[in-house]
Amino acid sequence: MNLLRFYGDHAREAFGLLGQHLVLVGASTFLAVLIGVPLGVLLTRRPAWRGPVLGLANVFQTIPSLALFGFLIPLPFLGGIGARTAIVALVVYALLPIVRNTYVGISGVDPAVREAGRGMGMTDGQLLTMVEIPLGLGVIFAGVRVATVVGVGTATIAAAIGAGGLGVYIFRGVSTVDDTLILAGALPAAILALIADGLLGLIERRLAR
Amino acid sequence: MTPVLEVRDLSYRLPGAGDRHLVTALSFSVAPGETLVLLGRSGSGKTTTLKLINRLLEPTRGEVRLQGEATATLEPYRLRRRIGYVIQEIGLFPHFTVAQNVGLVPRLEGWPPDRIAGRVRELLALVGLDPDEFAERSPRALSGGQRQRVGVARALAADPALLLLDEPFGALDPITRVELQREFRALEGRLGKGMVFVTHDVREGLLLGTRLGLMHEGRLAFLGTAEEFRRSNDPQVKQFMEAA
Ligand SMILES: Nc1ncnc2c1ncn2[C@@H]1O[C@H](COP(=O)(O)OP(=O)(O)OP(=O)(O)O)[C@@H](O)[C@H]1O
Ligand SMILES: [Mg+2]
Repeated sequence: MNLLRFYGDHAREAFGLLGQHLVLVGASTFLAVLIGVPLGVLLTRRPAWRGPVLGLANVFQTIPSLALFGFLIPLPFLGGIGARTAIVALVVYALLPIVRNTYVGISGVDPAVREAGRGMGMTDGQLLTMVEIPLGLGVIFAGVRVATVVGVGTATIAAAIGAGGLGVYIFRGVSTVDDTLILAGALPAAILALIADGLLGLIERRLAR
Repeated sequence: MTPVLEVRDLSYRLPGAGDRHLVTALSFSVAPGETLVLLGRSGSGKTTTLKLINRLLEPTRGEVRLQGEATATLEPYRLRRRIGYVIQEIGLFPHFTVAQNVGLVPRLEGWPPDRIAGRVRELLALVGLDPDEFAERSPRALSGGQRQRVGVARALAADPALLLLDEPFGALDPITRVELQREFRALEGRLGKGMVFVTHDVREGLLLGTRLGLMHEGRLAFLGTAEEFRRSNDPQVKQFMEAA
């Protein structure tokens, strides 16, 4: 009940943080799709690159998020304090599931169907856009869903480097030992993750063929 | 008359695998209206030969000519649009309707939509499928025999001079298979195309082929008419005839 009263008193601020959170996750996922899908496609065309690229993405994935934010702060252009650094870090985390699922989704297309496409005279670009991506879309989108859901959680830590978002309440609550404040950040973040998972899961099932 | 297809001294060696030849020194030609049946046991190189003709594989030696033109000088995708191809596994696009499958090559070639639609109806009727019933169906909602028919219609779509068929009636029950063979025989005459028809069924080969080639370990062990095939003393041919 304290929580409701808190939101009543701080509605503007709470909505502002929620908005920041959505922007952090939305922008980073969007950028990760922009980079990750072409990269995943490239791996299907250059099998020798698969090990190194997926390996590197894996390494990034295992760096603890707070540490990664820390590494980024001193970097020129990408780093510094604020939302830009946070988005860079979130993109790095989102890349692995998107690259991997793009690669897996396209490689999983029935070889007979691919052979038929090439045998009918599709160019490589036509094969990709007319056959491989449409048939792999369900799997590719699953990667986007995982990246988004993980991003909602990781973005709470972005508050530590001044990027805003729901993490602001969590950090403030931890430092002032105020449970209500912690909940005010943690609860909407958790609900957001569930909603994102549910909605994107719905789309994913419609895309899977 | 220029043959639709001429194959001269065609060989294919697996890249990197020492000296293993999958196909060795093949030579044959196919005239318009003629069906060359390629027989041979599993692994004898029949599918490989078809892929060398439409350059899904690049020959390591020899020459292929389509209507007098050396295929090596053509863009592979342009070449393939001039050759109808029914692959062994059919490979219909599961996310396309039957009509979209059949109309694929015309679409790639940029035909106007109404012309494609007309052509699709014509072809479905030709292979014995009612266009009103089947055009908008998903390939998933077809029986095996219906899929084979769609595969053949798709290969014919842009009116290619040459048709490559890789066991198009494989994996069917004997009755449907015989039915399709009969219909196909009637089609052969009407279409007047050059065809290379791969099968390991001797009866099918004798029924449908103007000439028969028997492949053995990547080579043509025999090439001749159905009559010559029946009377041949070649041990490979005899073995095949006895098994039939
Ligand atoms: N990419 C490849 N790498 C290695 N060996 C291959 C490859 N493709 C085909 N082969 C081999 O080449 C030989 C000829 O294969 P091909 O597919 O042409 O046979 P086929 O006559 O069509 O047989 P089937 O009747 O079973 O379809 C086989 O021994 C096969 O294992
Ligand atoms: Mg074969």
